Amino acid sequence: MIKIWLKGLSGLGSVLVAGLAVADELNMRPGVTEISREVYDLHMLIFWICVAIGVVVFGVIFWSLIHHRKSAGHEAAQFHESTRLEIGWTLVPTLILIAMAYPATKTLVQMYDTGGEDMTVEVRGYQWKWQYKYLDEDLNSTFDFFSNLATPRDEISNRAAKGEHYLLEVDNALRIPTNRKVRFLLTSEDVIHAWWVPDFGIKRDAIPGILNELWAIVPEPGVYRGQCTELCGKDHGFMPVVVQAMPEAEYDAWYAEQVTAAEQRKEALSKTFTAEELMAEGEAVYNTFCASCHMPNGKGVPPVFPALDGSAIATGPLEDHLDIIINGKAGSAMQAFGKQLDAAQIAAVTHYERHAWSNNTGDMVQPRDVIAQMSSEQ
Amino acid sequence: MSEVVVAHHDDHHDHGPDKGLARWLFTTNHKDIGTLYLWFSFTMFLIGGVMALIIRTELFQPGLQFIDPAFFNQMTTNHGLIMVFGAIMPAFVGLANWLVPMMVGAPDMALPRMNNLSFWILPFAFAMLISTLFMEGGGPNFGWTFYAPLSTTYAPDTVTYFIFGVHLMGASSIMGSINIIATILNMRAPGMTLMKMPLFVWTWLITAYLLLAVMPVLAGAVTMMLFDIHFGTSFFNAAGGGDPVMFQHIFWFFGHPEVYIMILPAFGIVSQIIPTFARKPLFGYDSMVYATASIAFLSFIVWAHHMFTVGMPLAGQLFFMYSTMLIAVPTGVKVFNWTATMWRGSMTFETPMLFAIAFVILFTIGGFSGLMLAITPVDYQYHDTYFVVAHFHYVLVPGALFSIIAAVYYWLPKWCGRMYDESLGKLHFWLSFIGVNVTFFPQHFSGLAGMPRRIPDYALQFADFNMVSSIGAFIFGFSQVFFLYVLIKTIRSGEPATDRVWEGAHGLEWTLPSPAPYHSFTTPPNVTDAEAHS
Repeated sequence: MIKIWLKGLSGLGSVLVAGLAVADELNMRPGVTEISREVYDLHMLIFWICVAIGVVVFGVIFWSLIHHRKSAGHEAAQFHESTRLEIGWTLVPTLILIAMAYPATKTLVQMYDTGGEDMTVEVRGYQWKWQYKYLDEDLNSTFDFFSNLATPRDEISNRAAKGEHYLLEVDNALRIPTNRKVRFLLTSEDVIHAWWVPDFGIKRDAIPGILNELWAIVPEPGVYRGQCTELCGKDHGFMPVVVQAMPEAEYDAWYAEQVTAAEQRKEALSKTFTAEELMAEGEAVYNTFCASCHMPNGKGVPPVFPALDGSAIATGPLEDHLDIIINGKAGSAMQAFGKQLDAAQIAAVTHYERHAWSNNTGDMVQPRDVIAQMSSEQ
Repeated sequence: MSEVVVAHHDDHHDHGPDKGLARWLFTTNHKDIGTLYLWFSFTMFLIGGVMALIIRTELFQPGLQFIDPAFFNQMTTNHGLIMVFGAIMPAFVGLANWLVPMMVGAPDMALPRMNNLSFWILPFAFAMLISTLFMEGGGPNFGWTFYAPLSTTYAPDTVTYFIFGVHLMGASSIMGSINIIATILNMRAPGMTLMKMPLFVWTWLITAYLLLAVMPVLAGAVTMMLFDIHFGTSFFNAAGGGDPVMFQHIFWFFGHPEVYIMILPAFGIVSQIIPTFARKPLFGYDSMVYATASIAFLSFIVWAHHMFTVGMPLAGQLFFMYSTMLIAVPTGVKVFNWTATMWRGSMTFETPMLFAIAFVILFTIGGFSGLMLAITPVDYQYHDTYFVVAHFHYVLVPGALFSIIAAVYYWLPKWCGRMYDESLGKLHFWLSFIGVNVTFFPQHFSGLAGMPRRIPDYALQFADFNMVSSIGAFIFGFSQVFFLYVLIKTIRSGEPATDRVWEGAHGLEWTLPSPAPYHSFTTPPNVTDAEAHS
């Protein structure tokens, strides 16, 4: 009997060793920051404590199952209490727990060591994308951008082969410098989301009306991928988090470029665009911000997400059309894009919706029309 | 089952059951109501199971194959709601109805008319909930935890039906628990003192108080939702000065005791079954009672461990981490006591015992992952991943559900007077045991590798384990259809059962004939040391 038991154990052992070979798929990754490594060590410590307790308890149970069976001729003993045992198996686990609580508390206190940051990024959750705002010392936004899923629809619907980073790739990754303490301020525009970068060992909810705080110092350049981890509606599974950590000099150059580009975009607001320019820019904006609900062909998903192709609003008066894009529709998933897009983008996408598919209103929408409408509302 | 009970109603001077549908509609008999609860919960279990299989079918491979993400969210939400409120909870109430009067030596439940009402509310509540799936805009899609504002400002219009459904379920649970408390406290036979009661009765007494304490809190939460949605209040709406996090505090103040509502009666069942088949008294009866009470108390002060990522202050995180870790102590005591009960016994392994032993081992594994989840800094990595899904399915499926199945095999001969087929029962056990582990064990790995829960499609590195998990789910699902076959076969054509049924069984219910008479004890039985804990 015992031989079979030992055989079973060694079999289990070899499975475990084979398992460790593919540990990447099996276990938490240690990550790249000091915090994430500490978290990983803590995880392994608790895991092995559980394994040890499990071996003892399950060992006793299996010993008993094998030896104390009626078919093996075992007579039942009739003992049924022991105060000493009860006190023992209350005290010993308590001591083990205290031993676990000490390192856990230490790590947690370290994670809460906020302040002294070199820079701050605001992370804002939207259904279903992230917005990253780079804040200056007074916490005003210097520039910002949206980070959308970049996986083509054809891959999701199995019409094309899936790429290496399927569902974990975005159009614009959040860029941060290595070796600087970056503070993340998290909030949300609509429902609760959660922002998670496993390799940094950090995860926090992005909650409307509340500002949460996280920080990380990333020592190694690289691209780090995570996902939204709080159910946030239809496309919860399609809003990845991608962070690119860049060497400091490279980051500083990129940052300067972005500041210049933001100024140029401001100038675009006073420009007059041609119909072709509006259609091209409008289509790009539409596919990024509108197509996930209203569909690339403008047919929507009635009744939840109405069609735009032939709709009364997209073919009706311009003011009403602009109004719903700028202010959204209360009580529905239609967001107020006046907060997300600049006037040039709103003009282009409005123009696009009025001239795409079977729509053809024949008018032109310029940034100044949008600005006029927005200021008349105030 | 009906014909069997009808056949025996002549044994008694009292009136027997009515005939036909009226018997089930108007019954005030604890056994009839227990039967209704059990069949209802089995029906819900199959419906919730179909939803689980739809989920696992979509997750079999990466990419969107069968259903769209919006419907996927409705499936996860309704699977959770139906399994928690429709399958597990009513099954335990059904077992309490059947067993508590027989175990304490009473003729029936204390409040028989309310008993009828508390059951008959349920079919309406769930008909309302499930019907939303066929309405415009679809059913609830915000997760069984229905966090605001996804469940308020951004919810489909049908959320109002969901709210009324939850109210009805709550009312039913409250009535059920009042009835159980009244029966246990007032209807015990002379000599059946509290510390002589079977552990199943003890755990249900404590569970009933938990239900009374927290179901009104749930009702409060959904009422606030109703007001936010229809009457312009802003309890959970940040734009109106409300707080979405407050919703989570209220929900989990209900939700964590709810977790124990679903497991304490399971502890009771296992504490009945293991001594029977070990032919040895339960080890540490007193400490089992005290451990159950401590778990119940602790369950009220750990709720925010579900919310470690909402951004509580450090002191709050530490408090909830420590209090959560503390729950491991009384839970451990229970596992050690069951182990000590088996130790040096004279064990046989009939189907109920197999399910009970699997319960002890697999529930302990769920307990280990629970302990890991309690450690706040590491929880940040586990939170809302498949590691959590694996954890709570380990405590709910081979935990709560296995205990219910064990109870059905164990007491079914007493209920219907017929024995189940032992080899079919064992086959059912092994299929379920393999199915449950193949389904849920790999989910630990995908969670640790970083797969979030509640997503209809996933990155490629999670593909292998999801495929394994889906295969396991189908094995498990179809083995429960097989269970239905075993049950029907037993009720229609099982061998007649003896009154004692099991060689090592002790307790008042085994002193009654099999099947048990329509009214359990019309005169109080003599509570001897052989039948009660002494």
